[in-house]
Amino acid sequence: MTAAMALLGPARHVVERNLMSYRRLWLIFASGFVEPVFYLFGLGIGLGELVGEVEVNGIPVEYAAFVAPGLIASSAMNGAIFDATFNFYFKLKYAKTFDAMLVTPLALPDVVKGEIIWSTVRGSIYAASFLAISAALGLMTSWWALLTVPAAMLVGLAFSAVGTALSSSFRSWHDFDYIQLALQPMFLASTTFFPLSVFPDWAQPLVQATPLYHGVSLCRNLAFGTISINDVGHVIYLLGVMAIGMAITQRRLGRLLLG
Amino acid sequence: MSSGPASAIKATGLTKRFGDFVAVAGIDLEVEPGETFSLLGPNGAGKSSTMKMVSTVSPITEGELTILGLDPSAEGREIRQRMGVVPQEDNLDQELTVRENLVIYARYFGLSWAQAKERADELLSFAQLTDRADAAVEPLSGGMKRRLTIARSLVNTPELVLLDEPTTGLDPQARHLLWERLYQLKEQGVTLLLTTHYMDEAEQLSDRLVIMDQGTIVTQGSPTALIAEHVTNEVLELRFADGPPADLDQHGWRIETLPDRSLVYADRGEDALRRLAELDVHPTGSLIRRSTLEDVFLALTGRTLVE
Repeated sequence: MTAAMALLGPARHVVERNLMSYRRLWLIFASGFVEPVFYLFGLGIGLGELVGEVEVNGIPVEYAAFVAPGLIASSAMNGAIFDATFNFYFKLKYAKTFDAMLVTPLALPDVVKGEIIWSTVRGSIYAASFLAISAALGLMTSWWALLTVPAAMLVGLAFSAVGTALSSSFRSWHDFDYIQLALQPMFLASTTFFPLSVFPDWAQPLVQATPLYHGVSLCRNLAFGTISINDVGHVIYLLGVMAIGMAITQRRLGRLLLG
Repeated sequence: MSSGPASAIKATGLTKRFGDFVAVAGIDLEVEPGETFSLLGPNGAGKSSTMKMVSTVSPITEGELTILGLDPSAEGREIRQRMGVVPQEDNLDQELTVRENLVIYARYFGLSWAQAKERADELLSFAQLTDRADAAVEPLSGGMKRRLTIARSLVNTPELVLLDEPTTGLDPQARHLLWERLYQLKEQGVTLLLTTHYMDEAEQLSDRLVIMDQGTIVTQGSPTALIAEHVTNEVLELRFADGPPADLDQHGWRIETLPDRSLVYADRGEDALRRLAELDVHPTGSLIRRSTLEDVFLALTGRTLVE
């Protein structure tokens, strides 16, 4: 942990600040973990009774086992988005937390990196806890499934960066409604609950364009140990989204804070 | 000059523009190490824009600026490592306690956790906030928040501290306590650059100051030298029920007419008042006081500092 933090350079102090502020808010922190568990029991296990088996890369699997890796990716997304949007916006516009940081040796890239990494940590903790529950329920059949945690980190990084990019462009709290408007359909459509083949031909490229689709596919392939060269594409896609989101965030914050 | 230490701050032709608006219009200033230097002026004079450039968070538009001998555009991190900044708006971390605010800020400067905690405790006592260490920030009084912000700016034991209107909005008691803390820093040899629109604050604290107006420096010097140079020792303030007599400025004194009163600049106010009585001028109220920087500002710009 300490060694990993040292790798971050000065950005680690931004992560430390967020850890410190959450020490008294652990209940709020923990609440973010509950939602995907509801989905697992409600849809994965409950509905799974009716659905029966689903095919993943030609292998028939239980419906709950199909849904679980999708929910690992979604947990990472939700945890990351929450911190990268509401909390980030509050720190930027109201608490002026970043203004206070920027008159210390921390520079703008440190602040952006630290914030994105912190939201990713939050998302990854949810993802890892969810993996543990899924494994306990016997839904994880391959040791490759352990790699869903780093895969979830990638999902977290991509969504954190998109979240901070959006928040730093928003003018008021009302704009956050758009995020919810985009997230809900993406959560349902990104092959979390149904395979891509369910969608009509015209809709498939739309599904495949969402970052969550790539996260879900990657986690699912790892969960069943059916990885292939295609997974490199998913990784590259998520890293690309992260890079673009970070660049936009940096640019917007530069304009807002270093005028 | 060349043998002495480098200036703490040196600006030549320093300019800041936002689009067509000129916030700072080519100012020259030099602050020596250990000096307390003030930028005095009304709102919109360019004080805060100057402070932002010096704190390295606002790139300069034109001119030259060195801070602690370093270039803010290339060596911002090194400058900030040795500098403390007290912003005009409180930006304490509301999600952390009083002590945590200091500890995490010390971490930003690269202190170890152990050093950071030790430094936080020292500064809590400096700011007289030890008994509030574990309290939330929000319920603190304005004066306490300011003291905490100043304490926070000192976590890295800075050579230079920038204070942007440190006492604005504080009651007199809180201001005096704060001034006393600033004296302590000054005695420790810390260079202080502060902005204020309170002339008494500038007079009390500064070794030297510049008076700014509309982005330019109107004059500079020590408070006493500026008063001696631009105004008389004393000022006689007169109030008239029906406005001042039209020929008030015909008696050899410099007169400033404000909406509610007239100021007569005379080295001895008593004599001026007696002479006015002889001239059959009878104000409804009169007050003799020592001249201040406010009078200097008025003499140079024709306007008052705090409108």
